[in-house]
Amino acid sequence: MGAGHTHQLYRPGDTVVHRLPPQCKLPAVAAFAVVVVATPRDAFWAFGVYVLLLAAVAAVAKVPARFVLRRMVIEVPFVVFAVALPIIGLGERVEVLGLSLSAEGLWAAWNILAKATLGVVASILLAATTEPRKMLLGAQRLRLPALLVQIAMFMLRYMDVILDEMRRMRVARESRGFVARDVRHLPVIAKSAGALFIRSYERGERVHLAMLSRGYTGSMPVIDDLGASARSWATAALLPAAALATAVLSWSVS
Amino acid sequence: MSMPPPSLRVSELAYAYPDGTQALYGVDLTIERGERVALLGPNGAGKTTLVMHLNGILTAGHGVVEVAGLPVRKNTLGEIRRRVGLVFQDPDDQLFMPTVREDVAFGPANLGVRGAELELRVKEALEQVGLPDVIDRPPHHLSFGQRRRVAVATVLAMRPEILVLDEPSSNLDPASRRELAEVLRSLDVTVLMVTHDLPYALELCERSLILSGGVIAADGATRDLLADPGLLAAHRLELPYGFAVAPQPY
Amino acid sequence: MHVPDGFFNASVSIAAGAFAAAGLAVCLRGARRELDDRTAPMAGLVAAFIFAVQMLNFPVAAGTSGHLLGGTLAAVLVGPYTAVLCVAVVLLVQGFFFADGGLTALGVNITLMAIVTAAVGWTVFRLIVRSAPRSRAAVSVAAFIGAAVSVPVAAMGFTVLFWLGGTAPIDVSSVAIAMGGVHVLIGLGEGLITALTVSSVLAVRPDLVYGARGLKTRLLLRTADGRSTEVIDEPAPAPARSLRPILIGGALVAVLLAGVVSFYASSSPDGLEKVAGDKGLNANEQSHVLGDSPLADYGVKGVGNERLAVGLAGVAGVGITVLAGGAIFYTVRRRTRDREKVSA
Repeated sequence: MGAGHTHQLYRPGDTVVHRLPPQCKLPAVAAFAVVVVATPRDAFWAFGVYVLLLAAVAAVAKVPARFVLRRMVIEVPFVVFAVALPIIGLGERVEVLGLSLSAEGLWAAWNILAKATLGVVASILLAATTEPRKMLLGAQRLRLPALLVQIAMFMLRYMDVILDEMRRMRVARESRGFVARDVRHLPVIAKSAGALFIRSYERGERVHLAMLSRGYTGSMPVIDDLGASARSWATAALLPAAALATAVLSWSVS
Repeated sequence: MSMPPPSLRVSELAYAYPDGTQALYGVDLTIERGERVALLGPNGAGKTTLVMHLNGILTAGHGVVEVAGLPVRKNTLGEIRRRVGLVFQDPDDQLFMPTVREDVAFGPANLGVRGAELELRVKEALEQVGLPDVIDRPPHHLSFGQRRRVAVATVLAMRPEILVLDEPSSNLDPASRRELAEVLRSLDVTVLMVTHDLPYALELCERSLILSGGVIAADGATRDLLADPGLLAAHRLELPYGFAVAPQPY
Repeated sequence: MHVPDGFFNASVSIAAGAFAAAGLAVCLRGARRELDDRTAPMAGLVAAFIFAVQMLNFPVAAGTSGHLLGGTLAAVLVGPYTAVLCVAVVLLVQGFFFADGGLTALGVNITLMAIVTAAVGWTVFRLIVRSAPRSRAAVSVAAFIGAAVSVPVAAMGFTVLFWLGGTAPIDVSSVAIAMGGVHVLIGLGEGLITALTVSSVLAVRPDLVYGARGLKTRLLLRTADGRSTEVIDEPAPAPARSLRPILIGGALVAVLLAGVVSFYASSSPDGLEKVAGDKGLNANEQSHVLGDSPLADYGVKGVGNERLAVGLAGVAGVGITVLAGGAIFYTVRRRTRDREKVSA
């Protein structure tokens, strides 16, 4: 982690997926996640279809598998949890490879792993094909409250500032031989946080003053208005629609 | 019609920061339309604090600031910020949009300018600072000197009454310094330049003010002020080594 | 604590989503009252700050680490309504941009980490600040306690939701113990970071701390010719009352609660509890092993009765909280006094 974090998310490109207006992509991904979560856990084939759907999107968007896999590290804590489930779960036990595991735990582990992974991959694809700033413009078009959009906008603007400060402070700390190891080091981390806040605040304040000086009154002027045609909406709806069809089928089958 | 009001009039301006430190103790100054004036002073003299009052970022604890006759008040802030173009010391604070075009358009767009008129303003402002071809580049890919000139353009696009520059020559290499000076000389606006770079003040401004200890300590021809070693020393100002100024011949 | 997709069943996810949306609507209204035109930039900065600080994993006990939730910190800095918006934005950005936390779990995440932490932290903070003398030390101590309390409460909120609609077949009481135990410790870290951040901001820019607006002093402006003007008219400070009764009372309540609740929570102890706590439920706080720490297994070593042991561990956790809070309080107060002496 560290600086540059925000820039690794987006993979510039010029594909159908990249060109889709963000206000179409955001709800499409959210709807996909909802459909996935609503799918019964024993409909294995449905999850297979979802994987294929996401793979198709990735292929169209030319996002390499390696990129997606690397970003999936974010999921690791819950993988650890899911692996523990069959061991610590309650209920009827089954014998798998000589281990006594909870059947219910195995089901739960599969359920969480499958759904969380699909959700994570969908979000990764969204972020990989949409510039953060465009994403916010899309949110604005979707009538997300203006204040929330602006907080997010400033957050992105200040993130680089803060991560930069943070890296400089870490270098300063570590070049004097400090590594956080146990609880006695907590005050050092905490003091760093305080100093970090003030340093970034003062930087952020100057940026804000510069904006105020140029007539900023609390809302970003929309210069390039990105309209969405019915066709874009239809294209974006392909993913959740296909997923929904799969889910409906899985409900009726089981 | 009477004479147009001065571009800037400050009277009895006093200010203390929220932590109690007082920075300004009663500043009086007037800048006429079309003048180029340098505001000199050592670090900590209150220069930046004064600048912040000129467009209402800080509001006067005591005293009055007027821009072309319009007092700085809460209800006039919009118009004041159009009239006062503030160029910050660090261009990275000032340039926050992904491309130069969007950055220069930000100010006029906030004023409601759109479409062809907006495009025209952006081009014109970049023309004025001599950088018409960087329009589609991201600001952080430009050199420091270019960034400072783009920062000036972002303000010029708002067609200000008075341009206020905070330490315009800091961190510039000699060539960028000269280029910026050429840009500033070519502009047809009132300029207030805050600096402790005395040769730069001499090069660009006929008149100078010395701000020291939160008050205006001297006001006169730049040449005369810089020719008075006693005055400079009293306010922690120094000419660079080997640099001497002769007083104005009468 | 970032809950992924598929962790809670649909009804809990939807209910939490509706609750979160309603909460955000209320906060959007409330936020307008808290700050002026600085609302969005200041809130954005706090959001970015919380996001960044969440990357700083701090060590809790041997081998354990946790990270800031930030609800109380944001509430003290920008006010409770804006704070909820800040943390919600952090979670939205983490969900949509970073794939951290499931999109269908956003309701749960916003409810627990934004609404519960900010509401609990702010309430505790206000209660203490209102009844304590107006001083920077009181604000810092209140921030510490508010933050320290908010984290285990949010963990308990998680447990309740888990009980209502968790998809994992784990005994609820083990979830409660694991979450509660670890989060009492994480709460300490949260409290410390919150208090130190607040106190260092107070020292440099008191105007930036929403929760300390009552501390503003009158500004006296002098002009060169010797006249002076007063700028801000603040109401006279309320008569100072001693902080001690509140601290002692609060400590007693906390100890009682921790002891009693943990005692009953551990009604069905089984040998797998430790694994549940260590490997899983505090998942985002990295897996860890408490090892030889005196609080290992959230039970006190050498105490035979497990219920009693866990109860004692809870009491010990609160004890540590109070001790650390007291230590900060006295250090800060001494420093303020020293400074007053210097300036006198």
